[in-house]
Amino acid sequence: MKRIEAINDFVIKFANVNGSGSASANELFAKAILRMGVSVSPRNIFPSNIQGLPTWYEARVSKRGYHGRRGGVDMMVAMNPQTWDADVAEIEPGGYLFYDSTRPMPKSKFRDDINVIGIPLTEISNNAYADPRERQLFKNIIYVGALSMLLDVEVSVFERLFAEQYKGKERLLDSNVQALNLGRDYVKENVAAPDLPLGIRVERSDFVGDQIFTDGNSAAALGFVYGGATVAAWYPITPSSSVPEAFQRYCDKFRVDAASGQHNYAIVQAEDEMASVGIAIGAGWNGARAFTATSGPGVSLMTEFIGLAYFAEIPVTIMNVQRGGPSTGMPTRTQQSDLIACAYASHGDTKHVLLFPDDPHECFEFAAMALDLADRLQTPIFVMSDLDIGMNQRLCKPFKWDAAREYDRGKVMSAADLESGREFARYKDVDGDGIAWRTLPGAHPTLGSYFTRGSTRDAYARYSERGPDYVYNVQRLLKKFKTAAGLVPQPELRPAQQTTRLGVIYFGSTSPAMIETLDILAAQGIHLDAMRLRAFPFPDSVERFIADHDLTYVVEQNRDAQMHTMLVSELDINPACLMRVLHFDGTPITAHFIARSIAKSAAASAIVAKNFPVQSEAA
Amino acid sequence: MTYLAKPHLHHPTLTRNKVGYTRRDYEGKISTLCAGCGHDSISAAIIQACWELDIEPHRVAKMSGIGCSSKTPDYFLGASHGFNTVHGRMPSVLTGANLANRDLLYLGISGDGDSASIGLGQFANAMRRGVRMAYIVENNGVYGLTKGQFSATADRGSKSKKGVINSDSAVDLVGIALQLGATYVARSFSGDKEQLVPLIKGALGHGGAAFIDVISPCVTFNNHVGSTKSYDYVREHNEAVNRIDFMDTHSEITTKYAAGSVVDVPHHDGTMLRLRKLHADYDPTDRLAAMAYMNERQAQGEVVTGLLFVDAHATDLHQALNTSSSPLNSLGVSQLNPGNKTLDKINAGLR
Ligand SMILES: Cc1ncc(C[n+]2csc(CCOP(=O)(O)OP(=O)(O)O)c2C)c(N)n1
Ligand code: SF4
Ligand SMILES: [Mg+2]
Repeated sequence: MKRIEAINDFVIKFANVNGSGSASANELFAKAILRMGVSVSPRNIFPSNIQGLPTWYEARVSKRGYHGRRGGVDMMVAMNPQTWDADVAEIEPGGYLFYDSTRPMPKSKFRDDINVIGIPLTEISNNAYADPRERQLFKNIIYVGALSMLLDVEVSVFERLFAEQYKGKERLLDSNVQALNLGRDYVKENVAAPDLPLGIRVERSDFVGDQIFTDGNSAAALGFVYGGATVAAWYPITPSSSVPEAFQRYCDKFRVDAASGQHNYAIVQAEDEMASVGIAIGAGWNGARAFTATSGPGVSLMTEFIGLAYFAEIPVTIMNVQRGGPSTGMPTRTQQSDLIACAYASHGDTKHVLLFPDDPHECFEFAAMALDLADRLQTPIFVMSDLDIGMNQRLCKPFKWDAAREYDRGKVMSAADLESGREFARYKDVDGDGIAWRTLPGAHPTLGSYFTRGSTRDAYARYSERGPDYVYNVQRLLKKFKTAAGLVPQPELRPAQQTTRLGVIYFGSTSPAMIETLDILAAQGIHLDAMRLRAFPFPDSVERFIADHDLTYVVEQNRDAQMHTMLVSELDINPACLMRVLHFDGTPITAHFIARSIAKSAAASAIVAKNFPVQSEAA
Repeated sequence: MTYLAKPHLHHPTLTRNKVGYTRRDYEGKISTLCAGCGHDSISAAIIQACWELDIEPHRVAKMSGIGCSSKTPDYFLGASHGFNTVHGRMPSVLTGANLANRDLLYLGISGDGDSASIGLGQFANAMRRGVRMAYIVENNGVYGLTKGQFSATADRGSKSKKGVINSDSAVDLVGIALQLGATYVARSFSGDKEQLVPLIKGALGHGGAAFIDVISPCVTFNNHVGSTKSYDYVREHNEAVNRIDFMDTHSEITTKYAAGSVVDVPHHDGTMLRLRKLHADYDPTDRLAAMAYMNERQAQGEVVTGLLFVDAHATDLHQALNTSSSPLNSLGVSQLNPGNKTLDKINAGLR
């Protein structure tokens, strides 16, 4: 029978039961491959449930370092009888099925175009352990051991990983090594060539280098620590809760004053998202760097406050780890479907700055940068991550911090500034960038106090309902928004290998799949210049990019083409210049999906045919 | 409503307090509320209290929600920063502001609609957390600003100006504050300045969450017969359990009271609350007793006023969180950024 042959290039998927302890075993497996110097990119696909429901862990091993989802599964580790049929059906022809063969399965439950490896995991575990909890946990380690043998992962990397994890807990270390070897030994004794090793396997490489392996949420939390956030308020919601939780952990470690034991931070788990954003806004008004983290439903609740912060010009950072909406939607699935909800959050004419990190490294960078931008622009800044980036570990560049970097606290007039005789006009554009100067409460006994409100005021913060005062103010806010376009992270360009009339725009968690797509399509003769958006408002370069191409694909993970809509309306673009590529089933977008969509459209519109014939549709 | 500049002429004979300010320095813009509105009397009491307390106006941050009551911070303490936030959400903004700078005094002004209707959750949670603040609800039983609809503090059976009878039972903010752990709980009446000023002073000096429910008649929409928040009704039903004098320990205590009728409550900041007991059986330091007493009297139709509960050893959210004694908003890179060596270590742990 045909078998898939690939070194350092395959997709392995684990089908588990939620709460069975498989998560840490699967992570161990992924880390071991990394320690072999091979790029791996795992994704948790999990239900909104604590125990008992199906969960999957899909790991992409890629010799070219692709971190996106490829599409398709080369090997299924089928540990969940509930989902067996669908799991088996998902395997590519010639692929591998790994399962617990303790209880015999009828022949009808298998396919004859795949390679089947049955290991009696339960039996091995039950023979070795008496305690039911141990039996379950070590069964997971046993399957990791068996897989490591089948896929040729060196035992020494596991030994080192265990040694690091269980430093000082030698008993645990030994028992884990023992469980691992139970799996390895079984395979050694019972599986013979040509089945051992499998056609897909891992070979030592040097792809990983100094990269780190972490998830976007903890990276963002660390960014907030480094960026100087002192006040955080939040309300638990998947998939964002691990941002404040990690912030708490990092603060407990790095923000406790050694001499006094006092905390250089304050974290409040508020009663709801209105309160969380209200606390962050109060802190921002009073000169502390503050953030809240939430997901779509939370943003919906915050919108009145977001409008207040926009109009009253209060710095505040809101991290939105997006999930599937609307309503409760798909809490544990991923989407990029809050773009419009955030960009224009609140009633009246509002526009907000959005940052689009594409991996944990950028989550760190953008979290810290958001605090600077919020202070500089005196407005809400959204960091638009999503579940795919936030809750999955990804190989990325190490975190960096320029030792000389100071926090940009923006335009704040000090007591000395006030005494120097400089005029204080809270809402007057004195510098021509739309950003006015503010003062902080308590700054000076007689100068610089003002009354902050969400209703109209004149340039001196005095209550006013006069049309001209209002117009001056909201026009200035527009000018400020224009200024923002120059301050936010600029788009990243990936020119095609040859001149092309096709462009593609993408952002956020679509990035890794897009990078792979570009290679797939180039191999088919379809060349695209690619622009990764990193923020809203769009700088002029985005308009130029679209103008420079006959057709620009806009790839995004939502139903309604929200980024497309924003491009059309913000840049006054003829919609005929743009083509939507939309993925919105809640799973992370795959390279195959994008490649197929673009290839099909390019062929249909014969754009490619003129210059370069389409060789074949992407797999 | 237009902005009216208020003549700010200092009369040479105006007395200065210890920090060199006259009463005038605690005033704000000219009020745009209806003449006779109870809220204006509360503003006057705040001005008086701050002046008497020798507070530097700029060391106060005044926060409010939305409503006639919430507009009032513009009408006092003109040299303080103020923040008129969104409807019902002042407590969260105040909480954040307080976390950012623990050195200022926080004065929260709200209405009964603002705190008991739309903002009940935020009110309750700010009390639970023990945010250090003086939180004043200017309670008129109606939504003044939106023209007289019942609010959640309107008593069941009370009659609106249009003749509608309120069939919902009332939210009692004092009862909730007591139950949720507020450490200074009082009720007063906008028409009783003598009682109100010392209560505000006590609240401003308090070390935790201080709440004062001030019945404040709305002359335009809720001052008619059948209302339980009118001037006449409150005057008739007001049962003061005590009167307080607020003093710092440096001032000589000269007032003489009959033995057994006076309780001194020393406050954490060295000030002293001297309570003249009007009801011998009322003990304001016993939370459970206070709750029972309140319920009992309320059932009799009495509006109990005075300092209803105080915990002189109150702690606040900062103490619970063990935050830095320097304001968080004053910390810089050196205190906040763990630095590059730490980052290298973190990176190493992620490989
Ligand atoms: C979200 C929201 N809903 C409704 C309103 C309209 N509104 C303004 S003030 C107010 C009621 C204020 O009542 P209260 O707090 O008792 O203040 P009062 O005017 O009686 O002093 C309402 C409903 C608003 N500003 N915001
Ligand atoms: S409507 Fe009522 S509450 Fe509002 S200002 Fe007039 S009297 Fe006061
Ligand atoms: Mg009211």
